[in-house]
Amino acid sequence: MKTLLLVDDSRAVRLATKRMVTPLGVNILEAEDGSQAWERVQSHPEIDAILLDWNMPVMDGITFLRKLREDKSQPQPAVIMCTTENDLPRILEAMQAGANEYIMKPFTEEIVREKLAGTGIL
Amino acid sequence: MTIDSNDYDFLSALVARRSGLALGSGKEYLLEARLIPIANSLGMPSLVELVRHLRVRRDESLEATITEAMTTNETLFFRDKTPFEELKEQILPELIANRQTSRRLRIWSAAASTGQEAYSLLMTIRESFPQLSTWRIEVIGTDISQQALSKARQGIYSQFEVQRGLPIQLLVKYFQQVPEGWQISQELRNAVTFKPLNLLENLSSLGEFDIIFCRNVLIYFEQANKTTILDRMERQLRPDGYLVLGAAETVLGVTNRFQRVRSCKSAVYAPTRQFQTV
Ligand SMILES: C[S@@+](CC[C@H](N)C(=O)[O-])C[C@H]1O[C@@H](n2cnc3c(N)ncnc32)[C@H](O)[C@@H]1O
Repeated sequence: MKTLLLVDDSRAVRLATKRMVTPLGVNILEAEDGSQAWERVQSHPEIDAILLDWNMPVMDGITFLRKLREDKSQPQPAVIMCTTENDLPRILEAMQAGANEYIMKPFTEEIVREKLAGTGIL
Repeated sequence: MTIDSNDYDFLSALVARRSGLALGSGKEYLLEARLIPIANSLGMPSLVELVRHLRVRRDESLEATITEAMTTNETLFFRDKTPFEELKEQILPELIANRQTSRRLRIWSAAASTGQEAYSLLMTIRESFPQLSTWRIEVIGTDISQQALSKARQGIYSQFEVQRGLPIQLLVKYFQQVPEGWQISQELRNAVTFKPLNLLENLSSLGEFDIIFCRNVLIYFEQANKTTILDRMERQLRPDGYLVLGAAETVLGVTNRFQRVRSCKSAVYAPTRQFQTV
């Protein structure tokens, strides 16, 4: 079973995503911000992919992503940005930082499924 | 209030006659959901008045609008994925090898709807076969729905639509952000010709193709129409060309002019005459 880390400061968003993804047979871990996500990545090398919000307190998504991609000693899971930052320059910025896919909020179950399949999680 | 059965039969016969779309019975809800807004837009409170109007005189533009409203334009980029992979891995490499002299390929998206299929074909070519940039590549998209075609020509898709089937790398490469959403690049828009065509009509004016994508439209037709259309398509296909149907479609029991291509997982067919030794 693949493991997905959900990183979003909104509990409601995490819950909704979890409801969509759990039935697909994916193991879910959660984090509320970038720094918690960093801790999860250290303690869970089994993480296959990360669904990553952009705007969060403490450490935002893009900062976490850069930190992760710079640290070559870490396992490098696929990262799917999942955010309301929907402008092309932002998308390009995230891809430059090492994002593999991008979900623009609001999303549907179909989109989440598609993007997870596209990054090899399903 | 649900529609009277005579009125239902009248409207579904009208749609079937004009487009081949076989509504069948029990689609009252669908018919009402799609046609009541049209009736209302003409100041008619319900379908009763709409049918009454159509019974007394021919109203070409209203009939066309009704037919169009009953079409299902649902589509997405790289729908079903596998056909596009097989296009890239098998179909195009083979056709490219066969066309080294003419350096020409003609591809037809036969129920193009809002254009995602035609643009996906084109993106596959741009991404995987840069050597074709000096060839003459024609991509033609046809549909009965003028509304769908005008959207296809504009090439503007909502945030939701560009997230269905389209990898982010292709979005940033081939689209520009516009106030209404995302617009496919001018270069790709210029490379596809969209034009109205009813598949029940004669297809010979289109000329011959190397590849025909005819997906998710025959399922709405009755058997006899499917046979007519496929037999006509066979005449528009080069002997070594390919026909690609939708995942739920087959030629089995419809025509024997096509044979399934065994090496493909998706519904890829070749003209039977290709296998006949001369
Ligand atoms: C479900 S869409 C398929 C789009 C695309 N080929 C795909 O597979 O995603 C079906 C399309 O067939 C068109 N259509 C229905 N009847 C037709 C006819 N008689 N001639 C041409 N197009 C027709 C509809 O307008 C609609 O856009």
